[in-house]
Amino acid sequence: MEWITAPWPWFVSGPLIALTMFTLLYVGKNFGMSSNLRTLCTICGADKTSDFFRFDWKSQRWNLIVMLGAILGGFLASHFLSDNQIPELNSKTIEMLHDSGFQSAGTAYVPSELFGDQAFTSPKTIIILLIGGLLVGFGARYAGGCTSGHSISGLSNLQLPSLIATIGFFIGGLLMVHLIFPLIF
Amino acid sequence: MKGLLYLTIGTFFGIVMYKSEAASWFRIYEMFNFQSIHMYGLMGSALGVGVLVVQYLKRKSVRDINNQPIVIVNKDKGISWYAIGGVIFGLGWALAGACPGPMFVLAGAGYLPILIVILGAMLGTWFYGLLKDKLPH
Repeated sequence: MEWITAPWPWFVSGPLIALTMFTLLYVGKNFGMSSNLRTLCTICGADKTSDFFRFDWKSQRWNLIVMLGAILGGFLASHFLSDNQIPELNSKTIEMLHDSGFQSAGTAYVPSELFGDQAFTSPKTIIILLIGGLLVGFGARYAGGCTSGHSISGLSNLQLPSLIATIGFFIGGLLMVHLIFPLIF
Repeated sequence: MKGLLYLTIGTFFGIVMYKSEAASWFRIYEMFNFQSIHMYGLMGSALGVGVLVVQYLKRKSVRDINNQPIVIVNKDKGISWYAIGGVIFGLGWALAGACPGPMFVLAGAGYLPILIVILGAMLGTWFYGLLKDKLPH
């Protein structure tokens, strides 16, 4: 069982991500997680504010169930299939993070400075998390998809728009980490 | 019955996202600093297998469980603005350290502040819907 509770190497996990996509294709669906955000908006009543949200959300019920599964999967993986899993980062990465105030680097799955319970009482953390989410949600729809829909599914189908979007994802990430992080952390 | 199938696929996906550390903010940071092969290998191997199998499925015209042809819906051709949307997405991906799948995985793993990210992502999606007709596409 140790191979289950240990972190899974990328060369095992990568093909398993592809397997997720194939299974969805086999049952007649396309892999794409960010569509769920649009569906959630519609359920919350956004269809009263814009045509973009006027669609039969029940046709997307299957994807919401996949999303519920992802929540369940996160619960099962962290509570039953892991022994306090901590990413084995490059020691240089850990050093850089310590210098920027992330003391939890190397001792936690995600930074406790952002995802610990004190996050709810720190206005700076709330703003960072909220803006991060805003950019992801807005960008995913403007780009027509996210990492699952474009970088995995679209690229597997050799679609040019997906390549362009994926290059955009990386440019955005590099800008954030190298230009904006030094200003905020 | 079908619902159980989708739940199983989602659960499998969630477990893979967590165990592969694609849901770790640290791994995303490390990737954008080019200090590990981990995330590149993860996406590269997913893509390598993905391209091979999808091309095979298309060439052999494999049909799905409902005996329908397997189709990946083509993205619209309004190419240039995909890059702008992509950059905006990437900024958020690095800041929040999570894309739309892993967000929900982390919620299940019990990192409650991720709910703020999810709320933000829903608001971002809503703003896009409000502004859609005014944005260049």
